[in-house]
Amino acid sequence: MQQFPLFGDVADVRERLAGVGYLADDAIATTVFLADRLGKPLLVEGPAGTGKTELAKAVAAAVSAELVRLQCYEGLDEARALYEWNYKKQLLRIQASGGDTSWDETHDDIFSEEFLLSRPLLTAIRRSEPTVLLIDETDKADVEVEGLLLEVLSDFQVTIPELGTIVADRRPFVVLTSNATRELSEALKRRCLYLYLDYPGAEREKAIVLARVPELPEELVEQLVRTVRALRAMELKKAPSLAESIDWAHTLLALGLNTLDEEAVRTTLGVVLKHASDQARAASQLKLS
Amino acid sequence: MSLLDRTVEFAGALRSAGIPVSTAETVDAMRAFGKIDISQREHLRAAFAATACKRPAHRTTFDTLFDLYFPPKLGDGVGQEMDGAPGEGEGDGEQTSADLAAISAAMRDQLRDLMLDGDEDAIRRFARNAVSSLGRTDSPAGRQSFFAYRVLRALSPETLIASLLAAMMGEQERGGMAEKVARQTIADRMKVFEEAVESEIRRRLAETKGVESVTRSAVKPLTDQVDFLRASRNDLIELRRQVQPLARRLATRLTAKRRLGRTGKLDFRRTVRASLATGGVPLETKHKPHKPHKPELVVFCDVSGSVSSFAHFTLMLTHALREQFSKVRAFAFIDTCDEVTDYLRSVDIGDAMARIAQNADLVWFDGHSDYGHAFEVFAERYPDAITPKTSLLVLGDARNNHRSAATPTVRRLVKEARHSYWLNPEPRSYWGSGDSATKVYEPLFDEMVECRNVEQLAEFVQRLLPT
Repeated sequence: MQQFPLFGDVADVRERLAGVGYLADDAIATTVFLADRLGKPLLVEGPAGTGKTELAKAVAAAVSAELVRLQCYEGLDEARALYEWNYKKQLLRIQASGGDTSWDETHDDIFSEEFLLSRPLLTAIRRSEPTVLLIDETDKADVEVEGLLLEVLSDFQVTIPELGTIVADRRPFVVLTSNATRELSEALKRRCLYLYLDYPGAEREKAIVLARVPELPEELVEQLVRTVRALRAMELKKAPSLAESIDWAHTLLALGLNTLDEEAVRTTLGVVLKHASDQARAASQLKLS
Repeated sequence: MSLLDRTVEFAGALRSAGIPVSTAETVDAMRAFGKIDISQREHLRAAFAATACKRPAHRTTFDTLFDLYFPPKLGDGVGQEMDGAPGEGEGDGEQTSADLAAISAAMRDQLRDLMLDGDEDAIRRFARNAVSSLGRTDSPAGRQSFFAYRVLRALSPETLIASLLAAMMGEQERGGMAEKVARQTIADRMKVFEEAVESEIRRRLAETKGVESVTRSAVKPLTDQVDFLRASRNDLIELRRQVQPLARRLATRLTAKRRLGRTGKLDFRRTVRASLATGGVPLETKHKPHKPHKPELVVFCDVSGSVSSFAHFTLMLTHALREQFSKVRAFAFIDTCDEVTDYLRSVDIGDAMARIAQNADLVWFDGHSDYGHAFEVFAERYPDAITPKTSLLVLGDARNNHRSAATPTVRRLVKEARHSYWLNPEPRSYWGSGDSATKVYEPLFDEMVECRNVEQLAEFVQRLLPT
């Protein structure tokens, strides 16, 4: 398996991610660079809406690689993650031949490329062009899937009994994301580089919102970020994250509001806080009524 | 000292602070260092964190230790950071008190400007300078020492708040949202400054006293190991933030376990439906899911001053997990008891405790814990609360102020319930000392569990929930 580094150095990561609209800080840029150079999968954890999935997409866009995505859910199995034989087509093939051919021929025929349904993991391994493999919400999958991931991600090879072992020509850049609804196994964590994406600092948040919604005046963004940070400091069920800040900025733009006063916050609070109890609490603490 | 030696020492310090760093991870870290420019300190930190610190709960400890083992500069660091700050490099000469007053006045002005501007790196740089010019004392033995309180007293940042608030708000109206937001912004920046001062002090102390001795005092216990009875206000806020994620984690683990368990009866309809895909041959049988057994929970909790934070946390957790139980009823007591289930149902559980303290009828005689009387009242007023399906959960330290234990009533209650547990936030070694009635109650219950921190509580809740 050959190694083709995607990035030159940490500054290069930063620049190219910025080029596709993802503002990375030192920690993000360094970790992405290391994941590329050490050829290790990158495990990204953090609260919802801090840009975990976005990071994978940005890396793919920055190096013009294709993004192969495996969305995890409860009950995800090998057949959905790795590969599956298209048994309906195989059945048709056997019936169509009408018993003229011998078993050996049929056998060789129905277990060939044509009848293989390739799922995201196998697809990513077989590609010869640059690939970013995104395994999204890994914590939602069952524990057995982790075992499968361990096997695939440590050697980047898959054994299909009927076809033999398939080895990756080119190691994909792997990003796993998790919301930490459960603790991932130590074994999986050990094989990955770990990046925790928390709510960004005030300055970085401002820069990100400005980059995403450039039409908004800077003072308004400053005000918005400060208000969001005040909300985060309250004890809420779900604190607003970066995604909510950006949504809020879009909302203000769409409504043509040019200042964030009590009235504006009261009417648009639903964009940032998604629980009735959180809204009530924020309204009373910000003295909105 | 080479980078390798330092790394190994650092990994050792992480381990003794409770962060598991395997040898393989140390090797990974060293390999990562080979790929990056290690003169960039933040890159070094990121590389180490990516390879060796894989739990967000460990991150604060990790950063504290990293600053000690890989300090940003040595000594006064003069010449590396010349930004014309007053007091820079003046620490060598004799400082008269007049000098010191002049320096601190000038630095106060500078701090105010930085706070208004909000550039966090500049604030951190300033904090480092402030420590070297204001935080130093020369002890008679000729050894220098550094104190955070000296810096904070000389600059008294809290007295800047009023003027900062005025500058930040300008013409806006006071008392409304604008003030709340401005205050929060100032508080955030103050925190950056104070943390930078503390970190700088630790660094200076580490230089004079050695890293190991500072490490021991600098490292705070991890959130899930903070003792309920000793938690500070900030700890409690942090703990309350953990309730929802913890409940979610416990519930997820539970559903996973349930799914792995036995499957239910054959689902004929779905099996036949699935067999159509394989030409009518039922290759795979489908089963109905098992209906999980959900216990009824009665929580009986002591909310007197000493253990209220523990009771609060546990009530919030059981409330967050209410979907896992068929019914949760909560009773609070000090020396008499009252049902508080309705308070927990209110929208904002965070305020529930305050309202319980205000409105519920908990005090009968003198407001000191009286377990015996509380149990008697409970048995008399709510005879239907405990049924053969109930798990009874008592929360409290069993410090009964030498009053009657009402053993017969408790024995009867426990007998009526399906299970009975007592969660005690005191260390096991204190049980039975002084006015603790632990020895009386322990034999009556199925189990009395030591529950001093979130870790132990989570472990217990997992056992309580059946699969």
